[in-house]
Amino acid sequence: MISFIAQRIAKAIVVLLALVVLNFFLIRMAPGDPALVMAGEAGAGDQVFLAQLREKFGLDQPLPVQLFLYVKGILSLDLGFSFRQQMPVATLILQRLPATLLLTGTAFAISLAFGILFGALAARFAGTWADTAITVLALIFYATPLFWVALMAILLFSVAMDWLPSFGYETVGANYTGLAHVLDVAAHLVLPATTIGLFFMATYARMTRASMLEVNRLDFVKTARAKGLSDTVIQRRHVLRNALLPVVTLAGLQAGTLVGGAVLTETVFAWPGIGRLMYEALLQRDYNLLLGVFVVCSAMVLAFNLITDLVYRSVDPRIEFAS
Amino acid sequence: MLLRNPGGMIGTAILTIAIAVALFGPLLFPTSPWRMVQRPFLPPFTMANLPLGTDALGRDVMAGIIYGARVSLLVGLISTLASLAVGIPLGAAAGYFGGKIDDALMRFTEFFQTVPSFALAIVLVAIMQPSIVSIVSAIAIVSWPPVARLVRGEVLSLRTREYVQAAIVTGQTNWWIIWREILPNALSPVIVLASLMVATAILLESSLSFLGLGDPNLMSWGYMVGAGRTVIRQAWWITVFPGIAILVSVLALNLIGEGLNDALNPRLAKGGR
Repeated sequence: MISFIAQRIAKAIVVLLALVVLNFFLIRMAPGDPALVMAGEAGAGDQVFLAQLREKFGLDQPLPVQLFLYVKGILSLDLGFSFRQQMPVATLILQRLPATLLLTGTAFAISLAFGILFGALAARFAGTWADTAITVLALIFYATPLFWVALMAILLFSVAMDWLPSFGYETVGANYTGLAHVLDVAAHLVLPATTIGLFFMATYARMTRASMLEVNRLDFVKTARAKGLSDTVIQRRHVLRNALLPVVTLAGLQAGTLVGGAVLTETVFAWPGIGRLMYEALLQRDYNLLLGVFVVCSAMVLAFNLITDLVYRSVDPRIEFAS
Repeated sequence: MLLRNPGGMIGTAILTIAIAVALFGPLLFPTSPWRMVQRPFLPPFTMANLPLGTDALGRDVMAGIIYGARVSLLVGLISTLASLAVGIPLGAAAGYFGGKIDDALMRFTEFFQTVPSFALAIVLVAIMQPSIVSIVSAIAIVSWPPVARLVRGEVLSLRTREYVQAAIVTGQTNWWIIWREILPNALSPVIVLASLMVATAILLESSLSFLGLGDPNLMSWGYMVGAGRTVIRQAWWITVFPGIAILVSVLALNLIGEGLNDALNPRLAKGGR
């Protein structure tokens, strides 16, 4: 067990290093002189400043030395400097991270809960109109672009009905405190979280349905039926429990797609998270910041995958740790 | 065979219409979708020759959707072909040669599967500068890993078959065996995956264009939604119609993928993917 965990962590570290190296080459592929890129428009005209930058970031050194310096910087959490925003990239990301974690965490919880619920219902009533309705809805949401769902949600719930706020994290200038503040943020959270949630709900519902129908064919279900257990008990206690394992694992391993969802949704709803930060970096062609966000997102996905993997293996006794 | 499945049939019908629109639509709408044809913000269904109204710059929304069909379908198709061109050889080599080659290639594949794909696509297009080539390359770079894994699995099981062993004994070269003996038999799951990948590629392209990373010279559905976003309160139709176009095409391709899956892999048909 211990050696397995150590092995997995070692593997994750190798992937992380590969990621940093990829990032290093990407930033050097960015248009223009890396020093110019890093300086943005701020000090681009000043030769002395550029020379200083080159020396500071080791850009006058040979490539392998540059790579070494870059990796060393990242390992000490130095992601470079955003000259557009006049702030270190790491600070900018840290400021925005809580909002993204709140959004994606809520969306993940909603989609998993309702996805499993609807998937289980569809499997339980397979072949009936309820199954067809859930399956068709899941297919539609699976095919709908997230940014468009976001805009339609705004059109429907903010513009037409005026029920929910359509942008931001809290009401600007309201200065709520305590419970009022929590409720205010929650109201702002509803539309963006549901937008991301719908797409993933569709995915998880489809997976749960397929997985449950597969488990239904296994022998132990026949045994349970032969014992005279009611169908509801069999489905809930025996089938669902066993069918959930692959669904939850796949959900964990799909964390990477949540990042993409966050970029699009935060952009539409002006949610002040790192997805929105990535969009701002994109608009300003702030490559340092763009790649900083990219490397942080990737590292988080890597960590999340690692945790899922470890939890999965400790939950499911059928999996050998030696493999 | 695909037509026996109702979903697959609907999907095929929709896709046929979409392809026809992409091919022949511009003949019916010869004016460039970028040209101003009427006053801005003309609501839909008010003028017969502009059924979907005009956008913030007085451009025909219907013409935009028709020209956008070309971009979406073409980008979806070409980037999928490019992913197959990367994924099939890598997967085949990993599965056929095994050992260290397999290990190395699969670690490489896993790396690309770990990295958040949409974020990587954004970074790649931003760095290469938005153009049809950079968009297609970025989508291909983030989409090939599942192909490689699938092909590897198929090749792994096929290479122990007797007819492959026989080909080895007759002294044929490895690549010839992979190309002539193994790959044709591994094709059906790849076709299913490819049809679903075209759908994903269309979604990716529209998302990139929506964020302003589309080819600036080509009208695309994602661009239209992105451009209509700021005026959504005054003019809902500018965002609604292109979005429906994306939804319907992606849905059609997903239905075709599932229909093909049922037809080509009857073993898996009952349990779904």
